[in-house]
Amino acid sequence: MAKAYTPGLKVSARTTFRARRLLPVQGEVLVKLGQVVDARDVIARTFIDGDIVPIPMAALLSVPAAEVPDLLLVKPGDTVTVGQAIARSKGIFGFGKKEIASPAGGTVESVSGTTGQMILRGPPLAVESKAYIAGTVVEIIPGEGAVVEADAVFVQGIFGIGGETLGPLRIVTPSESTTLDGSHLDAAARSISLAGAVVVGGARVTAAAVTAARKAGVAAIIAGGIDDADLRDILGYDLGVAITGTEKIGITIVVTEGFGDIAMASRTFALLKSLEGREASVNGATQIRAGVMRPEIVVARHAGDAVLAQGARPEEGALEIGTQVRLIRDPYFGLIGSVSALPNEPAVLESGSRARVLEVTIEGGQRVTVPRANIELIET
Amino acid sequence: MSLPTPLSKPAIDLDNIRYVLATDCGSTTTKAILVERVGDSWRQTQRAEAPTTVEEPFADVTIGVSNALTEIGELAGRRFIDDRGAIIRRTHAEDPEGCDIYISTSSAGGGLQMVVAGVVAQMTAASAKRAALGAGAIVMDTIAANDKRKPHERIQRIRELRPDMVLISGGTDGGNVQQVVQIAEQIAPAKPRPRFGGEYELPVIYAGNREAAEQVRAIFGGRGEKGFDLAVVDNLRPTLEEENLGPARDKIHDVFLEHVMAHAPGYDRLISWSDAPIMPTPGAVGDILQRIAERDGLNAVCVDIGGATTDVFSVFGGTFNRTVSANLGMSYSISNVCAEAGMDNVLRWVHIAMDERELRNRVKNKMIRPTTIPQSAEALVFEQAVAREALRLAYVQHKEFATTLKGVQQQRTVGDLFAQSSSGQSIVDDMRLDLLVASGGVLSHAPRMEQTAAMLVDSFEPQGFTQLAKDSIFMMPHLGVLASVHPDAAMEVFERDCLVRLGWSVAAKGEGKWGKRCFSYRISGAVRAAGELACGDVALVRVEPEQEVEIVVEPAGGFDLGAGPGKAVSRRVKGGTVGILFDARGRPLALPSSEADRRAAVARWASVWQTV
Repeated sequence: MAKAYTPGLKVSARTTFRARRLLPVQGEVLVKLGQVVDARDVIARTFIDGDIVPIPMAALLSVPAAEVPDLLLVKPGDTVTVGQAIARSKGIFGFGKKEIASPAGGTVESVSGTTGQMILRGPPLAVESKAYIAGTVVEIIPGEGAVVEADAVFVQGIFGIGGETLGPLRIVTPSESTTLDGSHLDAAARSISLAGAVVVGGARVTAAAVTAARKAGVAAIIAGGIDDADLRDILGYDLGVAITGTEKIGITIVVTEGFGDIAMASRTFALLKSLEGREASVNGATQIRAGVMRPEIVVARHAGDAVLAQGARPEEGALEIGTQVRLIRDPYFGLIGSVSALPNEPAVLESGSRARVLEVTIEGGQRVTVPRANIELIET
Repeated sequence: MSLPTPLSKPAIDLDNIRYVLATDCGSTTTKAILVERVGDSWRQTQRAEAPTTVEEPFADVTIGVSNALTEIGELAGRRFIDDRGAIIRRTHAEDPEGCDIYISTSSAGGGLQMVVAGVVAQMTAASAKRAALGAGAIVMDTIAANDKRKPHERIQRIRELRPDMVLISGGTDGGNVQQVVQIAEQIAPAKPRPRFGGEYELPVIYAGNREAAEQVRAIFGGRGEKGFDLAVVDNLRPTLEEENLGPARDKIHDVFLEHVMAHAPGYDRLISWSDAPIMPTPGAVGDILQRIAERDGLNAVCVDIGGATTDVFSVFGGTFNRTVSANLGMSYSISNVCAEAGMDNVLRWVHIAMDERELRNRVKNKMIRPTTIPQSAEALVFEQAVAREALRLAYVQHKEFATTLKGVQQQRTVGDLFAQSSSGQSIVDDMRLDLLVASGGVLSHAPRMEQTAAMLVDSFEPQGFTQLAKDSIFMMPHLGVLASVHPDAAMEVFERDCLVRLGWSVAAKGEGKWGKRCFSYRISGAVRAAGELACGDVALVRVEPEQEVEIVVEPAGGFDLGAGPGKAVSRRVKGGTVGILFDARGRPLALPSSEADRRAAVARWASVWQTV
């Protein structure tokens, strides 16, 4: 049978999720192999060199650069505090001596006789890596961090903004095809606090819903789609390149399907709904280029959890007759169907280009021909 | 790890070469071509591609290369890869398997990423940037004493960027020492960590005031001392009036090969296979363009538009320039093109009604699913409209960068007092442009050659007579590196198999009221035709690639086709797959301001040039 390969996003009711939690630079690992950790526990910590403060000593002392070393009251390696005198000019006949106070605290790193510049390094800055997901430490990477493993539900989104966050899942729309607007959040907030929650809506999330969510202190929103115009309003600028995760907008947003009016996949919505109230780890960071990174929602399963229905997934990446697919490009964007033919020969598209195609029977029984590049697999 | 260097290989006997394999290891695809001696000439005979295997789980670039070369072998009916996955060499004239030369370029792993620094942004730092770009690097940032950032902001920026290499320039020889030392003092404590592993010492190339070299050496220390590997080369701006980029560019290539490549997975093996130093892909494209321009005495521009970036190369009066517009591209960066150009500018090229909200969502959906292709005619029209704006913006950036040296005192005569010319003017002159070459998916794979030609003319706005061409299957990188081993073979294949000559753009410079006479043309020779164009008109005359014709154009006063306003021009040219595109829309190209008129005009042009 003819096969083709296409990327698909993971929506898994049960998987062994491994989070590799590393420090950006070498440091101390605070956990032990086999230790059970909570998502908020600190796994590793280090201190990085403090900020650099260059001080133009020659200019401040009004002397040539070469004379600066002789006028210093401190030497490389010394610790100084804010306001401490670090240099003194000779004055004229011993009068009018000028003292230079340190503009910052730190350690004297170097003094240049060429430029007259002193480099002061500020106090070390702590950098921590947290567990992100409740689980067990299964690997220690000495000096760098650890791998935390959890039996978990794992959902990949297509696009997100904002970084890592945690919170209980709150489903606020009745179905996967309901547009998530401000009224859903207001209604939900009347019965339960949404502060710190991960709110799940059905289809497109509106700008009004995001505004209401921020006001309520919501940690993250998961929705099927978003309008580009709304995204621009939320960010305050037109997003050019899909490298996200560092936005400082006080909320993380994960979109599971794409831009525009598009319902969340039924299975994804049902899965998240079954986890109402459970703590979810969410990361909106997305990088769409070589070494793609998708946003994610991870929920650790408890020992007593029933085994949730697991989607039947075809062979990883395989495409064959009957495979459930989503059409991901206009004129059929967002439609779902099953593969009904996989012709081998390239076909001429309406655009005039030649490309390999497949035939999909979409909901309602209509058969459409689309380029193979324009579909993605979905689990059934 | 000892790396076999190509320099230690036995000399190649060019007279007995018959099979040349060349690969380009891109970020996602490794593209291979076979160049063969067929009778007395050199031809590109086969091509194949395979996914690049730099990333996990393979983490060995040679696997992808072997796969691509195996496919080439299957197509050619000749084995090039043995059972262990290594390249087979031909041992004697009748050997039924193997190749004589294997060469490669690479942009895998994001290519060569550099930070450059200089004292003055418009002078030494700009020269450093030109050197890095010319060597095929992506310049992540340009640090300069006058870049309006505070020292700690510069240090933080360098720390975050994690470049593969740093190039420092600054000061003319015998000039300012203090400022360039200050720049070095700020780079050293930033201790930028390279992308490839902790053991890697960050290469720093110093190409500034030679009198500051010893102090710079003291700042960065020797090998194994402070985590840097410093190389000192000749000053790239020895005087204000002179730029000497060669030594810095050569050193960048050496360091790329010795450090960056050697730390990328599998490259030690790839280097040992290769008969010439592996070049960064854009560096190889630049080399072949320079050779062609030099050989034929041409001013040429080549553009390569990809999913994430657009590269523009130019050779004007023998001076080479290259720019990379990092976020102008057709998939990953499509949303950025629309943001930078503005949706109105994109939509001005569209002759059918489209809903902007819907289009915005489509653009973002293409960005998040970059591998999709336009299926409907409407989607193609929109995609080619975006391409026009990406190309236009990339060309504007290129013109701003490719300038005469800034800061140079110019001797002026009384006549120059009113000329308003100054140092730092663009050397890219659209009227003097002889050859415009297109490369990259949206241009190379457009369903109709006419669409490629129209996109080039609309976005580059060439003036006078300009030949239009496209790289048939993206083999300029391969030929660039082949030229370093066998220049004759590279040039021959470039002419016969690489360049598809689309035809000529014949466009009048000047502005006039639409409907008024702009110029008339008369074609004689293999094809006979004549016509007159009013301002706002375009015309197309089919002249096949092998047909030679004489074209005489007579502009109205105020319009220039190369000989000056109102003066007739006569040129003997060969045709192309599209023919001769006459363009009386004026330069700069302005579209009607009324929506209905604009849409009607764009539809008329599309119809005449047969792009729809």
